Formats: sequence, C-alpha cells, structure tokens
Amino acid sequence: MNILEFSGFIAFGSFLAGFLGALTGLGGGVVVVPMLALLFHVDIRYAIGASLVSVIATSSGAAAAYVREGYSNIRIGMFLETATTIGAVVGAMVALHVHTSAIAIVFGVVLLYSAYLSSRHREEHGPQLKSSKLADMLRLNGSYPTTRGIQPYMVTGVPAGYGLMFGAGVLSGLLGIGSGAVKVLAMDQAMKIPFKVSTTTSNFMIGVTAAASAGLYLSRGYIAPGITMPVMLGVLAGSMLGARVLVKVRVRALRYLFAAVIVLLGVEMIFNGVTGRI
Amino acid sequence: MNAQEPSQAQPGTWNDLRIEIIIGTLLRIGVLLAASVVMFGAVLYLVRHGQERPQYRTFHGEPQSLKSPTQIAKGVGRLQASAIIQLGLLLLIATPVARVVFSAVAFAIERDKLYVVITLIVLGVLVYSVFGYA
Repeated sequence: MNILEFSGFIAFGSFLAGFLGALTGLGGGVVVVPMLALLFHVDIRYAIGASLVSVIATSSGAAAAYVREGYSNIRIGMFLETATTIGAVVGAMVALHVHTSAIAIVFGVVLLYSAYLSSRHREEHGPQLKSSKLADMLRLNGSYPTTRGIQPYMVTGVPAGYGLMFGAGVLSGLLGIGSGAVKVLAMDQAMKIPFKVSTTTSNFMIGVTAAASAGLYLSRGYIAPGITMPVMLGVLAGSMLGARVLVKVRVRALRYLFAAVIVLLGVEMIFNGVTGRI
Repeated sequence: MNAQEPSQAQPGTWNDLRIEIIIGTLLRIGVLLAASVVMFGAVLYLVRHGQERPQYRTFHGEPQSLKSPTQIAKGVGRLQASAIIQLGLLLLIATPVARVVFSAVAFAIERDKLYVVITLIVLGVLVYSVFGYA
C-alpha cells in the first residue's frame, strides 16, 4: 500500500465514522482511533492526535447551527471549561508517559461504557426549578425555547458536575475523543440542566477541550500531517453530510448497529491492549 | 405548567445569543479556511509523496520542523507540503481559542467581571498548551 492508497482508505473510513457519528449523535471520534490502530496498524499516539484534530473540526463546524437554535448556555459552558481544559492537559500529559497498551485498555472500557450509555433509555426530566447557592453565585441559571415558549431553568449539583467535567477532560486528552457522553452526563444527570441545553453546550465545549490537549500533542510531535490530513477532511465531510440527512432518516436501527460496532471495537482494543499488541 | 412566566428575568440571555451567533459563524469560517489550507497541502503532499510507503507503525515523533508554530511557518515559506498541512491544523486548533478570546471581549463589554476572569483562566490553559512547550 502506498501513501496515496493509504490516505484514500483512511479518508473513506473517517468519512463513514463522521457520517455515522453525526447521525447517531455518538460522535465520530470514538471509532477513528480504533480504526487507525486496529485496521491500519497506526501507532495509537498518532491515532489519538489525528482524532483530536477531527474532534475540533466537527465541534467548531457544527457550532453555528447549534447556536442559532438558542439552547446553549455560554456561562455554563465557560465555567465548566475551566475543568475540562485543565483535565485535558492532565490527560494529554498522562498519555505521553504511560504505555500504549494501558491507553488501549482504557479506550476499550470507555467504548463499552459509551455503547451501554447509548442503549439505555434516557429519562426526560423537567426543568429544575430550584437553584443552588453556587449556581446563583455563578449565574448559571438560564432559559431556553420550548414548544410552550421560553422556559427558565435552574442548575444544581455544581461540584459533582464540575468533578465529572474534569474527568471528561482527562479522558478527552488521554484518548483523543470528544467525550461528549460524559459531558452530557455531567450536565443532564448531575446538574439537572435540560437535555437540549446539555447537548448543545457540550458540543461547544468539546472543541475548546480538544484544543487544550491538541496543542500539547502538536508541540510534542504526536500530530502527523500524513495521517491527520485524511482523518480531518474525512470526518469533517462525513459529519457535515450526517447533520444534513439527520432529520430525514430514522436513526434508531442505525444507533443499535453503531453501538454494536463500538462494542466490538471495545472488546478488540482491550484484547490487543492486554496481549500487548498495541 | 405555566411556562410563560419567567420567574427570574434573564436580561443577558438574548444578548448572549446574538454574540454567540456571530462567534458560531466565525468558527465555521475558521474551520472552512483551515480545511482549505489542509486540502491544498494534501494535494501537494500526495503529488510529491503519493507513491512512497507510509511509516506509522512505530512512533518516532514528528521532526522539530513540524512541532512549533514558528518552525511550521518557515516550512510553509519553503512550500513544504507537510508544513502547509500542519499550518491548516494549527488554524483549526486556533478556532476554539479564538472563540474563547471573543467570549472574553463579550463578557468585558457586558461588564461581567466574574466571567472575564473565568474566561481568561480557560484562555491561559489553552495558551500554555500550544506555546508552553514550543
């Protein structure tokens, strides 16, 4: 396989990952790293660097569309970004020093967990109507448009949410993923922020979080232009197309299929990590 | 539920939204610009190196010339394909950083001191990450 073919295959695989990731809402980053490491035998640190960059591309590319809907809360996002960016730098530093097998195993576990999260039925909670002292002080409470007009919401569980966000940042820097699932978990479950507000604010935060660790990867020589180029272009094109067709197709079956793929990749990552092949 | 009565006025919310729409659009332009630069570098790279063998099985680190912003700029001056791709990637990494800078300005205009400080903390971490090791 020469570089032309190698780039073409990676671009096509990344396109599929971005497309399915946008369609199912699971994000393309989680499959890009295993694809590069397992299928193309790329060193996992190069794979993580390439994935981080593509995560920034999809997050920033989708920002305009998300923001227009009026759901995202910039204060919640910015406040929590102090946790995710510091976490991301810590995660990237850990990644640069631990053995690649350990990274592969953690990656596999995260894959299995995110597949579990996506298969679980999510309970819709109404907007929280009681605020906590910390949320008041930080002015995190806001309002968002619903079918019944503008609905105010309050925020609680700030310390727990902040802690989870730090963890999301560490995972993002360590594994090169957006870890949107953990971010949404922190906001939706721990802080009781409405789901729509959580997902759109999370999308915004993903780009900033990934940039915090991408800078470190770049300055340490873990971002290889030859791999990152097809990954970034492929994922970006795929996710843009995915966001467009999102409204037209039923995604339920596709979600299950994608979750099954993630489980398979997770098992394989753990196996390869344990046996020392990665 | 009486959804129509906001118990607490949120004066900042709609103003925030306008600022965010402008920022969102800027981000999109940043991403498209970055993608175009990467695409241009990609064409050069594939034309010049397309027939060679890829070597990514083992990690050996990128050369110094592709690690720091100043070194990348020098490579771009020599029309080095990999440096042009790296410049595009650097632009991409810069888009969320730009968003944080714009947010800091927006909070300053709103005279929201607390959030100017919070935003500057985030910016500090980002700057440390990109330039701290260069």
